Amino acid sequence: MRVSPAIIQRIAVVFMWALAAITFAVLVFILAYVLLHGLPHVTWSFLTQSPANMGRAGGIFPMILGTFLVSGLSVLVAAPVGVATAIYLTEYTHEGRMTAVIRFGADCLAGVPSIIFGLFGFVFFAITLRMGLSVLSGSLTLALMVLPTIIRTSEEAIRAVPDTYRQVSYGLGSTRWQMVLYVVLRSAIPGISTGIVLSLGRCISETAAVMLTAGSALRLPRSLFDSSRTLALHFYILSREGISMANAYATASVLIIAILALNLLAYWLMRKFVAKVGR
Amino acid sequence: MLSTRFILRALGVTLVTLVTCVGCDSASRRSVGLLGSTSLQPFAEVLGEHYAKKTPGQFVEVQGGGSTAGLQAASHGLADIGMCSRALTAEEIRHFTPILIARDGLAIVVNAENPVVGLSLGQLRALFAGRVLNWKDVGGKDGPVRPITREEGSGTRESFVRLVMGDDRISRRALTQESNGAVKELVKGDLSAIGYMSLGLVGNELKALRVDNVQPTVKNVLAGSYTLVRPLLFVTKGAPGPAAQKFVDFVLSPEGQGLLEAEGLVRAR
Amino acid sequence: MKQDKIIGAILLLVALSAISGLGLITVFIFREGVPIILRLGARQFFLSTDWEPSLGKFGILSMIGGSLAVTVGAAAIGVVFSLGLAIVLTQFSPPGLSAALKPLIELLAGIPSVVYGFVGVVTLVPLIRHTLGGPGLSVLAASIVLGIMILPTITSIAIDALQAVSPTYLEGSIALGATRWQTVTMVILRAARSGIVAAVILGMGRAIGETMAVIMVAGNALEVPHSLLDPVRTLTSNIALEMGYASGAHRQALFATGVTLFVIITLLNIAALGFSRRRPARSRVG
Repeated sequence: MRVSPAIIQRIAVVFMWALAAITFAVLVFILAYVLLHGLPHVTWSFLTQSPANMGRAGGIFPMILGTFLVSGLSVLVAAPVGVATAIYLTEYTHEGRMTAVIRFGADCLAGVPSIIFGLFGFVFFAITLRMGLSVLSGSLTLALMVLPTIIRTSEEAIRAVPDTYRQVSYGLGSTRWQMVLYVVLRSAIPGISTGIVLSLGRCISETAAVMLTAGSALRLPRSLFDSSRTLALHFYILSREGISMANAYATASVLIIAILALNLLAYWLMRKFVAKVGR
Repeated sequence: MLSTRFILRALGVTLVTLVTCVGCDSASRRSVGLLGSTSLQPFAEVLGEHYAKKTPGQFVEVQGGGSTAGLQAASHGLADIGMCSRALTAEEIRHFTPILIARDGLAIVVNAENPVVGLSLGQLRALFAGRVLNWKDVGGKDGPVRPITREEGSGTRESFVRLVMGDDRISRRALTQESNGAVKELVKGDLSAIGYMSLGLVGNELKALRVDNVQPTVKNVLAGSYTLVRPLLFVTKGAPGPAAQKFVDFVLSPEGQGLLEAEGLVRAR
Repeated sequence: MKQDKIIGAILLLVALSAISGLGLITVFIFREGVPIILRLGARQFFLSTDWEPSLGKFGILSMIGGSLAVTVGAAAIGVVFSLGLAIVLTQFSPPGLSAALKPLIELLAGIPSVVYGFVGVVTLVPLIRHTLGGPGLSVLAASIVLGIMILPTITSIAIDALQAVSPTYLEGSIALGATRWQTVTMVILRAARSGIVAAVILGMGRAIGETMAVIMVAGNALEVPHSLLDPVRTLTSNIALEMGYASGAHRQALFATGVTLFVIITLLNIAALGFSRRRPARSRVG
């Protein structure tokens, strides 16, 4: 008996929607599981106090600050480098051997696992450059880790800027740099920001690399040479050592909410960008 | 709308702020730095917290990393005090000054529903070496034995190997977990599991086995009848500096020892 | 135009930072790790399953096997789900719905790996232990968790590959009387083949490099696994488990584990790049 192609199609489509439904159910399950267990413990004092008794009591303020410092600084380092690379690739050269080398480097770097970044940061920044386990070592390591993402998203954003903009700018007598600065970058900024915001999210989520480079001190970091524990690492330590499940879930909830907020921001920026360059 | 120039300026200002911050000196505010054993880390954090409260202006920074890393840190001056949760080797004793801050019983734990209540040292060794694979061979119910060990280099593991395993090697089939808490979670959920951990961390949900007929309690550790005991050490290279010495004095004082006892450890003397 | 040249040169210098970073990583990881491989001999290091650092035995064959096992498992799960998602979102879903669902896939990529690992330990692991037996911490648990974690990578690249297929193929095929599903399987998937292969390879690279989630759910036993329910140790978890403690030869051996991982991943990356550069060739559409 031959089954009609229309029926096969229907079965296939139902099957694929089922796969999609499972995927989104898993997403909702993970978010709900963490937030339901954790949100009741997230209070104002939890967010603003220092931990006491190794995290069994007190709050997570030093980790919030530590996460902010490590992620912020890494993006602050990676963004100018990444955007400059993207400008070079799109506006200052033609496709050739040099661009191939640069792209190859970025692509390979994108695939390097975080534990390798951790090992490298540990030997290079912490030991060879004598920065120790510190906010600085951690953020420089993460900067290298997110650099490829920023290069790629910036390049895409810059390429999406219509050529007519450039022609008009040249027509008005501007130099290439003026054109890049005042026309191309200005139009591409929402797109570039999307990449930066997503990179920030990646820094916040990272654990393996910061564990080996930023250390795990509980104290409030007071300079960039201080060690600092990030939220993700604090969650890992609290849950694995079984110190306090309630505080572990609460920490994870704060982490998840930060990620949700960053994703929303990235989404909003992207829409703004698409509206602007009229893609 | 945000102009490019504005964003560049903002970036510049932030960079300058950060660079100025780099200039601040961290060492001058850190009074005592500790690094080492993850088993000791939580206790040291508690001690540091109380110490800082008692003596204003003093900061104690505690880092994990493991016992061996603690020794290295003490020898390179990366930390004032290394934390070590095992006995020093003969070689290490020549290079370091160990200060016994407390002792810790090593409890052998199984699931609360496991009928076995005690094992001999020999049985324990056979279970962890993978020579005995069924609980019924040591007086339990018919079922597989799943030993759970700690990662290579952990002070808890090294103490366990020294105190229990002798020349035997821990079975390659043993599950490896990287923390006391993870061992605890696993034993709590698995009827077949057997693990070892710090006595102070056992809690009420697991069963701590008698070893050679001796119940693992703080009292028996103090009396010397429970033999699975490891030292918890602060290690310095030469004599500790004045700030570090003051912290050590606090830890060895009745107040410091009381704090450690409250955490389930056994006092040093 | 002189100013342009100078700016161009500065930008080029900055643009070389990614490749220099890669170079630095390679140099430093290799410098720490390669000497011990040379000293023990590649055979001793790569082909022995005997890992007992306290006795000076460093054989990583079990870990290589473990990494491959969980990666293949993750890829099997990830590919089925990702392809299903990519096909349904590009071919069978109203554009509005696709646009709403894609950010959710991005969100799945944003969840920290420690959270994946943790939720795996408290929900999936006991489920496997109680329904299928064994310790729960297993190749299966790791494959499922990793499969979910690499799903966003594979899906988003596969969506790009499917969307890059010229609509004329679709129109032509439909005009010849094929159903949409027949068109997808016979025309579009073939045209997008190289992109999809690249997506899968990159996904495998993600899986083999993942650390924290794997440590938590794989069990980390040194024995080579015999079934899906056996625990397993991967290259990454070997590094993260023992690095904090290691010194001397042990530390070098862990860096050598890193070298092995780095080489495997770089080969995978280069393979993926090779596939993704290949344009969908007209002649290959059957």
